[in-house]
Amino acid sequence: MSTPNTMSSTLREKLESNHFVVTAEVCPPKGCDCGEFMEKSRSLKGSVDAVNVTDNQGANVRISPLAPAALLVRDGIEPILQLTCRDRNRLALQSELLAAAALGVTNILSLTGDHISFGDHAGSKPVFDLDSVQLLQTIAALNSGKDISGAPLHGTTSFYAGAAAAPEAEPFDLTLPKLAKKAAAGARFFQTQAIFLPERLARFTEAVRPLGVKVIAGIILLKSAGMARYITKNIPGLKVPPELVAELEDTERPLEAGVAIARRLAAAARPFCDGVHIMAMGREEHIPDIVAGLRTEDH
Amino acid sequence: MIVSKQKPFTEILAALGPVSRVFLIGCAKCATVCKSGGEEQLWQMQEDLTAAGKEVTGSLVIDEACHMLRVQRDLRAKGEMVKSAEALLVLACGAGVQSVSAGSDRLTVAGLDTLFLGNIRRFGQFEQRCSLCGHCLLNETAGICPVTICPKGLLNGPCGGMDEGRCEVNADAECAWYQIYLRLRDRGEQAPLATTNPPRDFARNIRPGSLKLDK
Repeated sequence: MSTPNTMSSTLREKLESNHFVVTAEVCPPKGCDCGEFMEKSRSLKGSVDAVNVTDNQGANVRISPLAPAALLVRDGIEPILQLTCRDRNRLALQSELLAAAALGVTNILSLTGDHISFGDHAGSKPVFDLDSVQLLQTIAALNSGKDISGAPLHGTTSFYAGAAAAPEAEPFDLTLPKLAKKAAAGARFFQTQAIFLPERLARFTEAVRPLGVKVIAGIILLKSAGMARYITKNIPGLKVPPELVAELEDTERPLEAGVAIARRLAAAARPFCDGVHIMAMGREEHIPDIVAGLRTEDH
Repeated sequence: MIVSKQKPFTEILAALGPVSRVFLIGCAKCATVCKSGGEEQLWQMQEDLTAAGKEVTGSLVIDEACHMLRVQRDLRAKGEMVKSAEALLVLACGAGVQSVSAGSDRLTVAGLDTLFLGNIRRFGQFEQRCSLCGHCLLNETAGICPVTICPKGLLNGPCGGMDEGRCEVNADAECAWYQIYLRLRDRGEQAPLATTNPPRDFARNIRPGSLKLDK
């Protein structure tokens, strides 16, 4: 068995050698049965380069993403472990990261996390001991063989760290300095919030290029006009353009229309990014269709 | 000032339980300003308790219920009124309640919930701007406190939920970092947005806090 510090991220190798990559989000179960999660993830082998495992997303309790991420590793699927600052203080974050390294997880997406008030435990204490920038600094410290108070570690991690970005959020010149901090703190890739306006992605990529960070553009599968409206109303920072809502409304088969929109957006985004990140919202079986022909490997 | 509001009357009654004789204590400072424990509220409470079948043995609005020695002195001055009561109902902040409970063997009942250290926007409207965190960052953040005004207390810029300057937690509220950004822009400064702030040092704010001035 290889030791954790010799494991390396294939995602990193691909992005650093300028391969166009595809990642996809698969939500871990609310419960301890990972059967469906694994089935969905396995069905994506060949279509995606890595699977993002979300962390109590929307502040709703689910299994810790570490367990399903480790199951993916065991199955030969590369996970991107999402880690939020909402539920863990700096001790818990570091020990979780060390556990992830021991289990062969190599990619971490550092996130602040949705606020507790959105979820199913609204009366819980929001932690936010660190923020996403400080979590990236923490990952860099562990990668250098030390914890964040400077104590040496037995075994060094070699995480490939990424962060989130919201290319369409305004004002852009407020979000940009934080992206620069994330890059300076060790983020090597950005996985973006769902994009709907490729011209804003172009602006974003141009602005972050000098930071030396790879851009993986978020593409969401809109399953219906109702879902599109729900997202616009309830998901902070996401606004589905009215013409897309109309497209979903004026059809007998909204899911097919949604897949077509996602495919179109992914193709439009391709010139402005290093990969796409598909959020299929439970309909992961459509991912191969959305990303067909996009990856370097497909050419 | 310390912002507080009265607990629901049913809760106060439940806390009093079988007690029939009650002495009422208010505070002339914060609880008077936010109309939770001033003269007026004590009168109303006396009326409500009487209607609920309790006997009010007397009342007292203390000038700063957080001042422990003053509370003891003022209560002693009320003599029989306090002695004949089975319980002291305190309409003051949590500090005031404990000034009373520290110096009395009577059942002390808290009648208020203590909310936050607040600024007064206008009469009857209070806002939290400082969380008493123990390490002031206002010099680094254009005089606007992200520890308090950002629901996540983020020190390095807005979270992914910010859009058009609004906060993800409350769409009616402006993102703290948007406020900081605007203030800096007006001053023609950008540098503070680019500075990475380290994690907060919670060792500077270990509870319970205490401070003893040097002579």
